[in-house]
Amino acid sequence: MTDPLVIARHSILEPQGLAERDLERVLDELMGPCVDAADLFFQATRAESWMIEDGILKEASYNIERGAGIRVVSGEKTGFSYSDEIELPVLLEAAKAARAIASSGRSASVPVQGVVASRRLYAPVNPLESLEQEEKVALLRRVDAEARAADPRVKQVIVSLVAVQDLVLIAATDGTLSGDVRPLVRLNVSVITEDKGRREQGSSGGGARETLAFLLEGDRALGYAREAVRQALVNLDASEAPAGTLTVVLGPGWPGVLLHEAVGHGLEGDFNRKGTSAFAGRLGERVAAPGVTVVDDGTLPGRRGSLNIDDEGTPTQCTVLIEGGILRGYMQDRLNARLMGMAPTGNGRRESYAHLPMPRMTNTYMLPGPYDPGEIIASVDKGLYAVNFGGGQVDITSGKFVFSASEAYLIENGRVTRPVKGATLIGNGPDVLTRVRMVGNDLALDAGVGTCGKEGQSVPVGVGQPTLRIDGLTVGGTSA
Amino acid sequence: MTPQSSLRSSSPDTESPVSIGLADPLERQARLSTLVAEVLAEARRLGASAAEAAASQDAGAVVTVRLGEVETVEHTRDNGLGVTVYFGTRKGSASTSDLSPQAVRDTVAAACAIARHTMEDPCAGLADAADLAIEVPDLGLYHPWDLSVEQAIVLAQECEAAAFHADRRITNSEGAALSSHSGVQVYGNSHGFIGGYPSSRHSLSCAVIGEDGGGMQRDDWWSVARFPAGLEDPVAVGRRAAERAVARLGARRLSTRRAPVLFQAEVAVSLLRHLLGAIKGGALYRRASFLLDRLGQPIFPELVRIHEDPHLSGGLGSAPFDGEGVATRARDLVAGGILQGYVLDSYSARKLGLRNTGNAGGVHNLRIDSTGPDRAGLIERMGSGLLVTELMGQGSNTVTGDYSRGASGFWVEQGAIAYPVEEITIAGNLQAMFLGLLAVGSDDCIPGSTKTGSWLIEEMTIAGE
Repeated sequence: MTDPLVIARHSILEPQGLAERDLERVLDELMGPCVDAADLFFQATRAESWMIEDGILKEASYNIERGAGIRVVSGEKTGFSYSDEIELPVLLEAAKAARAIASSGRSASVPVQGVVASRRLYAPVNPLESLEQEEKVALLRRVDAEARAADPRVKQVIVSLVAVQDLVLIAATDGTLSGDVRPLVRLNVSVITEDKGRREQGSSGGGARETLAFLLEGDRALGYAREAVRQALVNLDASEAPAGTLTVVLGPGWPGVLLHEAVGHGLEGDFNRKGTSAFAGRLGERVAAPGVTVVDDGTLPGRRGSLNIDDEGTPTQCTVLIEGGILRGYMQDRLNARLMGMAPTGNGRRESYAHLPMPRMTNTYMLPGPYDPGEIIASVDKGLYAVNFGGGQVDITSGKFVFSASEAYLIENGRVTRPVKGATLIGNGPDVLTRVRMVGNDLALDAGVGTCGKEGQSVPVGVGQPTLRIDGLTVGGTSA
Repeated sequence: MTPQSSLRSSSPDTESPVSIGLADPLERQARLSTLVAEVLAEARRLGASAAEAAASQDAGAVVTVRLGEVETVEHTRDNGLGVTVYFGTRKGSASTSDLSPQAVRDTVAAACAIARHTMEDPCAGLADAADLAIEVPDLGLYHPWDLSVEQAIVLAQECEAAAFHADRRITNSEGAALSSHSGVQVYGNSHGFIGGYPSSRHSLSCAVIGEDGGGMQRDDWWSVARFPAGLEDPVAVGRRAAERAVARLGARRLSTRRAPVLFQAEVAVSLLRHLLGAIKGGALYRRASFLLDRLGQPIFPELVRIHEDPHLSGGLGSAPFDGEGVATRARDLVAGGILQGYVLDSYSARKLGLRNTGNAGGVHNLRIDSTGPDRAGLIERMGSGLLVTELMGQGSNTVTGDYSRGASGFWVEQGAIAYPVEEITIAGNLQAMFLGLLAVGSDDCIPGSTKTGSWLIEEMTIAGE
């Protein structure tokens, strides 16, 4: 059994004695003359998490969630109902609640047919079973020991491991039945260092849509431990960060959270259809420097933000958002694509069956440019070199966004000199990429730890970029 | 807004109305109590020396309206069961959204299976029996709203329409939403404690966009309450959202400077949250707090008192017992500016060698006493400085107290608002900010379980142009 659709059917429908004809009955219940589309989203998720602290493996938990979300779309209206009981009478009742949005009447029934998956970006595996429990415990203990052994100033180490298998099955009124089996693993290390009464923290981690073997490859997980310690030690020496508008060089990889906040959210279809985004109506206009190309790509094998199909059954794709500095496209789910007369882009995502889908990012990154990273740093007389970040946030309407550096250095006379404390950077989305002066040749994607929140829903995402020089970002330090 | 009749689906062709609120909460509570007792018995049967379980059921609806039209009608129904088992001082947990007998048995078995792999932890275990709630007082938390979907739509429409009527510069909307939920939660453990209570929660919110030649600005307002009549009038919510959005139009940047900062009440709540993050047991025993070993020491000026009142009737943060069945008690966290107590659950209390404070799951109804005039009075007192009405990003560090966040609001000159500002940051260190708290306003009419007026802070660094 390697076809995701077959696995999802087997795990979700068959134990409940449900078959295609039952899904057709529920869809019939949903359809009517005023209904543009309806879908049933079935989900079964198993997750396991482990945590070691003080050298003691103290937390371990196992979580099972299953349920079905039923949606009816009529024009701009959506009716939605869900249930954690996957049984025909309950589904029919939920369908009645959801379809109350559209006026009454019946239309011809919809035959449902399985769609053969065209793509395998990840294996349909169960990562919870990819290692023996003893091996998971041994992995956590090795990572913990690695961090503790790295430096005597390490006082506290927390290592957490999460493995998830997410099965989804989507039946839609266009007659399609699609399925996906989505593995996801993640390991995080967080440390506290203490020296001469001063304490600092560092954290690192990574993950992918893989089995847990991913964390063992080349001792990857031990690398996260060393990286977390390195950051915490650097911060012990950090002095006050500057305050004011500076030239900022952003390192490659995770600092791509810049793109996620500054342009990503503003290019999601819903905000543009409603005209509430600072980018609304600006397709074809220049929003970035000529060397800047930004894409959202859900098709990268094994990446945390990747999906074979989105949560509406649309295959994911690589969508060009900005090309050579010109705004080219939005990210769409089916509803917003239809209302805007555009094609869906495979960005319809939802946190779970209990949430409505909406346009969301997958892996958002900037393509590389011509410059060597060393050359970029050497070009700056006075500035900030920021290489690690916490999260960010954006006001879609005004375009103002922030992202918070957790590891940064001063650049003085073309050289990286001393570490400075973490600080928030603030800018204006439609403007910031026009200030990109140099794009590096060192494109990197993040290590696989990103989670994006929108309207209360969290989904895993990826970001990436090469080293960038931006002339004029406001740095929120204390040293005025 | 007074409650009547049952919130139900508006489907014209639905023969039997789809009920939205939970039918008969007392019966649900009895059923969940039985379930929890069965879970505890099953854990014992599988060899656990102790166990605890929490079960909940919640149902409701959310209606959103945009530009006068219905946008979404969502019916929600959530179940949950979480169980933690102990084999001596080794522990395992499992949870499920499926409350069928088989799923429940599987969940207990999963918790026991995974517990075999955890290690002895001398501080692990149930809360001490002596700390558990002896009785479960009725705190007036359950006030279901009997309202049809059509009525909910009308209220949301009134709210959004009021925003458009309030100012001609309101040109677009993210919509208005009305939500109503009610549910039951039950907690039990193998000390013999089983307690539960029903509760409800209703909210109304509106987010609109103002526009002038200079661009667009979004802002919102909301109201949330346990009982329907506790919600602010829909027209007032819509109007407030509109006033907030248009007040931001024409925002400028500021040059980099140091100045006093006034955190308007609804953003001052976040400073209390940073305080809680630093006096929470987990941060303290990990030595990951900027307020380590500060019990009994001044962390605010003398005039500051911060109080927790878990038994407030109808309070949004009220709870008769905490997440471990421990009796909740009213107390001062800060009095006379001095830190009086930490925020502990049984685990962190044991780690620190202190008494459990009944805060498994957080604090209940926090309030900081007012020490000064209302917002206008504080603006006048500040003279010239920054009034912050919105904060962005996560730039506060619990380990060091270092604070740096994106901000927008208004520049104040000669005791009056001069112009709106945006795309700036404010930075400092929370220890110094707390000690530099000059006054807490009397303007504490804000939505949510935390009550505070605006905070006037002596000085911070503002970064801008």
